[in-house]
Amino acid sequence: MNGSEVVLRALVDQGVEVIFGYPGGAVLPIYDALFKQNSLRHILVRQEGGAVHAAEGYARSTGKVGVVLVTSGPGATNAVTGLTDALMDSIPVVCLTGQVPTHLIGNDAFQEADTTGITRPCTKHNYLVKDPAQLARVIHEAFHVARSGRPGPVVIDLPKDILVGAAPYVTPERAKHRTYNPPVKGDIKKIEQAVEMMANAKRPLLYCGGGVINSGPTASKLLTQFMRLTGFPCTLTLMGLGAVPSSDPQFLGMLGMHGTYEANLAMHDCDLMINIGARFDDRVTGRLAAFSPGSRKIHVDIDPSSINKSVPVELGIVGDVAHVLEDMIKVWKARQPKLDRQALKSWWAQIEQWRARDCLRYRPSKDIIKPQYALQRLQEHIKDRDFYITTEVGQHQMWAAQFLKFEEPHRWMTSGGLGTMGYGLPAAMGVQIAHPKSLVIDVAGEASILMNIQEMSCIAQYRLPVKVFILNNEYMGMVRQWQELLHGGRYSESYMESLPDFVKLAEAFGAVGLRATKPEELDDVIKEMIDTPRAVIADIMVDKTENCFPMIPSGAAHNEILLGPGDELERQVSEDGMVLV
Amino acid sequence: MTTEKRIERHTIAVLVDNEPGVLARVIGLFSGRGYNIESLTVAETDTEQHLSRITAVTSGTPMVIEQIKAQLGRLVPVHKVSDLTAEGPHVERELLLVKVVSRGEKRVEALRIADIFRARVVDATIESFVFEVTGAADKLSAFIALMKPLGMVDVSRTGVVAISRGAQAL
Ligand SMILES: Cc1ncc(C[n+]2csc(CCOP(=O)(O)OP(=O)(O)O)c2C)c(N)n1
Ligand SMILES: [Mg+2]
Repeated sequence: MNGSEVVLRALVDQGVEVIFGYPGGAVLPIYDALFKQNSLRHILVRQEGGAVHAAEGYARSTGKVGVVLVTSGPGATNAVTGLTDALMDSIPVVCLTGQVPTHLIGNDAFQEADTTGITRPCTKHNYLVKDPAQLARVIHEAFHVARSGRPGPVVIDLPKDILVGAAPYVTPERAKHRTYNPPVKGDIKKIEQAVEMMANAKRPLLYCGGGVINSGPTASKLLTQFMRLTGFPCTLTLMGLGAVPSSDPQFLGMLGMHGTYEANLAMHDCDLMINIGARFDDRVTGRLAAFSPGSRKIHVDIDPSSINKSVPVELGIVGDVAHVLEDMIKVWKARQPKLDRQALKSWWAQIEQWRARDCLRYRPSKDIIKPQYALQRLQEHIKDRDFYITTEVGQHQMWAAQFLKFEEPHRWMTSGGLGTMGYGLPAAMGVQIAHPKSLVIDVAGEASILMNIQEMSCIAQYRLPVKVFILNNEYMGMVRQWQELLHGGRYSESYMESLPDFVKLAEAFGAVGLRATKPEELDDVIKEMIDTPRAVIADIMVDKTENCFPMIPSGAAHNEILLGPGDELERQVSEDGMVLV
Repeated sequence: MTTEKRIERHTIAVLVDNEPGVLARVIGLFSGRGYNIESLTVAETDTEQHLSRITAVTSGTPMVIEQIKAQLGRLVPVHKVSDLTAEGPHVERELLLVKVVSRGEKRVEALRIADIFRARVVDATIESFVFEVTGAADKLSAFIALMKPLGMVDVSRTGVVAISRGAQAL
C-alpha cells in the first residue's frame, strides 16, 4: 500500500463514512486513492472553512468524529477558524492537511505553511508525519485523542512524499496510545460527599452544559432521571440545550447573558450549585466577584483544568458525566436522603415568582414581523417533526436558543465558545448528510449567512434539502444592540448596505427562495419551506430595531439583569463593562 | 479551593515524550495563557523510552499554579506532572558560566571570589577567565553581582534543574 491507501484504510477502520474536503496539489495522492474506492463518501465543500463546520455539524448531531481533508498552505489556513471553533466547543474532529514533501519543509516552498505551528494553539493535539512507519499509528491515535476525555480537533499534517511512498498498515488495536487515557469514573468518595451536600441544600440548582451532550445520549437520560429524582431545578447553557427536555417543568430555560430571568436569579441566589459538564464561561458568570455569592459549588467535569479555573468550587469531581451520574443516582437511591421539604418548597415558590415575570415577553405587532414571533411560529410548525437546528451568530442565535424547544440532545448545533458567524450553513450541511431524511434548519442572520454562502453550491450538488431561515433585520443586529446600549446609538458600520436579493440568490444556487414581509405571510412561508423537498432560503423581513432581552450586560451580576426596553433606561451599563466583550 | 492572591514560586517537573514540538507546546501554553516562566530547562533523560524531563520554575497565585499543573497534564505527550515545591523537600541546582576580562588587581580579586564560591576555572587566557559555578539560583546571582565590577563580559546560565529528596522518584 502507498501512504494514501494507508490513510483511507485507517479511516475506514475507524468507522468513518464521510469526509468533508477540498483538493489541492499536496493531497492529490489521497484524492486519487479516493477515486478508486467505494467505502468512503467525499463531500466537496466550497471553502475549507465550510468543511470543518460541516464536520462539526456531522459530529455534533451523531456523536461520531467528523473528518476533514484539505490541502497544504491556504487549504490548511482556511481551516483554522473551524478548528478553533471545534476546540472551544469541544467537538471531535480529525483534520487531514496536505503538506509539501519532507525535503522541502522549511524552504518556503509553494503552498507551504507551518501547519503544525499555526494549529498548535487551536487544536487539542496535532501531528506531522515524517516517517511512513508511523502513519497508520498516528491516524488511529488521532481518533483516540479527538474522542477521548474532553473531545476536540486533531490535525494530521501529511507531507506529499509520505502519501506517495510505500507505508505499512497497522490496525487500530495495535496502535494504543502510551499515555493519553483520561479516566472516566469519578471518585466515589467525592460523589458520596456531593450527595450529602445535596441532601442538606435549601436552594439547590443544577447548572449543566455541553459536557452532558458530549458524554452521549445516556448522559442526558441520566441527568433527566437525576433531576426528577431530586426534584431540583435545572438550567442549561447554550451548549447544553436538549440535555433535559425543554418541556420539563423543572427546566428553567437557558442561563447566561441572554438567559431567562428565573435561571439567572436562581444562579445568583442558590445555596448549592451543581455544575455538571459546564465550564463557568464568562457569558454565564457575568462579573466574577458578584457571581452566585452565597452558594457552595460542586463541579463535575472530565477536564481537570476546567475545575477551579475561574470559579473556585468546594468539590470538584473529575470524570465523564454519564459515569458520574450513574454513580450519583446509585448513591442517592441507596441513601434515600431526607430533604428539607419546607426549604425546597419555598425555593420553588420563589422560582415561580421569577418565572411569572415572563421574561421572554415582547411587544407584539400587527404590521411588522417580530423576530421572536417568527421563531415562535417556526417552533409551532416543527415541534412534532424530526428536526435539527443550527444557527449563525447574533441576535437570531440567542432568540433561537430562547424560543425553540429541544426535547433531546444532539438536535441543536450552535457556535458557542468562538461565536463564529458563518457556522450555521455548513454545519447544517453536515447534519443533513448524517440525517438525510430529517428536517434541518439553519436559523440565520442576513449578515452571518453571507460569510459562508458559497456552501449553497455544495448543498445544490448533493441535493441536500437544508432550510435557511433568515431573520433579516438589515443590521448586524447584535452589534447594533451593543452600539445602542453602550455607544450612544452611534451605529458605526453595522448597517447592512447592498444586501443581495436572497430569493434570487437562492434561485441562482438552484434552491427555492421565499420571502415574508408581513406577519400574516409568515405561516404560509414557513409551511412552504418545510414542505419543499429541496433546499430553501426563507428571507423573513423582521423588525430592524428589536433588541434581545433579557440581557446581563458585560461586567454586571446576574441580579442586574435587564428585562426590556423599560429597564435599560433605569440602569446605566457600567464603564467597566465597556472594555469587556 | 483557596482564592488567595499571594504569589508563590513553584518548581514543576514534567515528564514528556521527546517528540518534535513538545517544547513549543509547553512554552505556547505558558505564553498563550499568560503564565510566568522564570526558568525552563529540558533534556532527554530516558534514551530508551525517549522521555524528556522539563523543569519549569513559575510563579502565581495558588489557583494559577493549580491551573498550570492541570493544563500541563492535559497535553497529550505529557506523562507526569509533579509540583516539587508542593510535594516536599527537593534540591534545586543551576549551572553558570561567566567570562571575566581584566588585568592586575581586578583579575586577582575575581580569582579570590571564585575560590570562595567554589567556582572552577574552565578556560583561561592572559586577559580572561571563564568560571563555572553550580548551586542554587540565588548563589549564582550573587556571584554574577560580584563579578560585574571585575570585568564580567558574558554570562550563560542553564536554568534550574530539580529533583526531590528521599527515596521517592518522579
Ligand atoms: C466571524 C465573525 N465576525 C464578527 C463577529 C462579531 N459579530 C457578532 S454578532 C454580529 C452581527 C451578526 O449579524 P446578523 O448575522 O445579521 O445577525 P443578527 O444579530 O442581526 O441577528 C457580529 C458582526 C462574529 N461573531 N464572527
Ligand atoms: Mg441581522
